[in-house]
Amino acid sequence: MAAWDYEYSVVVIGGGPAGMSAAIAAHDCGVSDVLIIERENALGGILRQCIHCGFGLELFKEELTGPEFAERLAEQVEQRGIECKLSTMVLNVSRDKLITTTSAEEGVLTIKAGAIIFAMGCRERSRGALTTPGTRPSGIFSAGAAQRYVNIEGYMPGKEVVILGSGDIGLIMARRMTLEGAHVKLVCEVMPYSGGLARNIEQCLHDFDIPLLLSHTVTKIHGKGRLEGVTISQVDERRRPIPGTEQYVECDTLLLSVGLIPENELTTGCGIPLNGATKGAEVDQDRQTEVPGIYACGNVLHVHDLADYAAEEARIAGKAAAELVRGETGTPADIRLKTDGKVRYTVPQRITVKKDVTVYYRVSDVFDTPRLTVTAKLPDGETRDILTKKYIRLAPGTMEAVKLSRDLTGELPDGTVLEFRLN
Amino acid sequence: MNRKIICIICPRSCEIDAEIAADGSVTVSGFGCQRGKRYAESECINPVRTVTSTVCVEGHAPLPVRTDKPVPKAKMFECMKAIAKVKALPPDLHMGDVILEDICGTGANLIAAAGRMRNGN
Repeated sequence: MAAWDYEYSVVVIGGGPAGMSAAIAAHDCGVSDVLIIERENALGGILRQCIHCGFGLELFKEELTGPEFAERLAEQVEQRGIECKLSTMVLNVSRDKLITTTSAEEGVLTIKAGAIIFAMGCRERSRGALTTPGTRPSGIFSAGAAQRYVNIEGYMPGKEVVILGSGDIGLIMARRMTLEGAHVKLVCEVMPYSGGLARNIEQCLHDFDIPLLLSHTVTKIHGKGRLEGVTISQVDERRRPIPGTEQYVECDTLLLSVGLIPENELTTGCGIPLNGATKGAEVDQDRQTEVPGIYACGNVLHVHDLADYAAEEARIAGKAAAELVRGETGTPADIRLKTDGKVRYTVPQRITVKKDVTVYYRVSDVFDTPRLTVTAKLPDGETRDILTKKYIRLAPGTMEAVKLSRDLTGELPDGTVLEFRLN
Repeated sequence: MNRKIICIICPRSCEIDAEIAADGSVTVSGFGCQRGKRYAESECINPVRTVTSTVCVEGHAPLPVRTDKPVPKAKMFECMKAIAKVKALPPDLHMGDVILEDICGTGANLIAAAGRMRNGN
C-alpha cells in the first residue's frame, strides 16, 4: 500500500489570485498534473469579497471588480483542466513534501507533491494586537470581516461607524457601509499619513465627506453588550496619546483596518524560518524557500499592494516549480540581499541562479527625493555600487521594484552581499 | 478657476491640475496617461463613478454587481435604491449578464460581476 493517497507534480495551497496564477503558470510550463487545494467552497480567495473596482489594470488591461478578476483566472484554471480540491483544509506540510488535508467529502488524505507552492494569503491584525483599553462589547470587527459579512453573507454589521486605520480595506469599507445606508462618522489613523492609496481616500472618503483624522487613535472602548462609543485622542510624533485631546464619539460599530500579516502556520510548521520584516518565508529569485521544491508567493510571502502584483509574483513561482519537476536547472549563484533599515525589506532575499532578477522592496518611512543605491560587497572586501536610482518620493504604502540584469549580477562571485540603501 | 484632482483610475493616484475657463472649457496637465486626462476633464464637467454592490435574492448568496460604465456621482444613491429593489434573478446567470437596463436613466446597465456557479452556491 502506498504511503499516500494521491500524487501530483505540483500542488498549490490556496486558490486566490496568487494560487490560481501559480497553477496556471506551472501548467503552461508543461506540467499537466497540477492540483489546487482551497479551503473555501469556491476559487477566488479574498477577491470574492472585494466587489469594488480597481483590479486587473496590469494583468488584463481593463478595470475589473474582484469577483470578475477571480472569475477570469478561474476560467483559465478550468480551461486547462487543472484539478481543484475545494472545501479542503491543509493541516500539515512536511519537508519531504507530503501534504495532509481534511475535507467532509474525502476525510483525511495524504498527498505527495513534486513541488509545493504556498499561496495561503494573509490575515488581518486583530483588536488583540492593539491592546486598546476598555470593555469588550460586540460591534468591533476587522474591516475584512465586515466586508465578508456585507458582500458575501449579506448582513450589515452596524449603523453608526468609526473606522480605525486608513488601510485600503478600511477606506473601501467606509464607502461600502455608506452606500448601504450606514453613517460612517470618521476614519482615524495613528500615523501622520494614510497607509491607503490616494485614489481610495479620494473616492471612498472625499466623495462622501467622511473626515480622515491623521495622528489620531482610539484610546478607549465603551459599552456593555454592544459597543456604545469610543474615545479618540490625538497622538504625538512617537504615537503616544496627548492628554487633553480626548473626544468621545458615539458609535455602534468599530472597524479595524490596522495591517495584514502573512498566514504562515504551514510554513513554520515545516520548519521554514520567516523574515522579520516581511513575516513571510525567505526566498530566492524563483520564490523558492530554503526547502528545495517548496515555494511561496502572493500575500503569504509579503503583503502586496495589488492583486495584480501578487498574481505576477505567483507566475514566477509557478514557472520555477515546473522547471524543477522537469529537471531544468540554471547556473548556480550565491548572492545575499541585505537592507539598511530605511529600505525595510527586499523580495527575494537571495539570488541562487544566474539570471535577470526583479527585486521588489518597501521603505520604512516617507522619504522625499531619495536615491536608492545597490552596493555589492565582494567576499574579498571590495565594494562597488552597481546601481543607483532617484525617486521623487518613496512611501511605505508603495512597493517599488528595480531590475538587476544578469549582466549586473552574473559576474559577482559567490558570497557577495548586495546592500540596498537609501540616501 | 484652478482645481487639483487626484486621479482614481489606477493605483498611481496622479495629482492632476485642471484649469476651468470662464466659458467652461477645461485644460488639464500633470496626467500620467490618456485615461487620467479623460478622468480629470470629466471630473470638472460631470463627475462620474462606477457603482458596485450586491443583489440579495432569497435563498442565494449575494451576487456582486456593477454598472457597466460610470454613472453621474450624484446618482449613486439612487442606483443603490434600484439595486436593493431587485428581487429575482434568472436561474442560469453568467458574469456580464444584464440585471437592470439603463439604471436610473443613466444610460449604464447593471451587470452581474460573477457567475452563479462560481459564486459559491
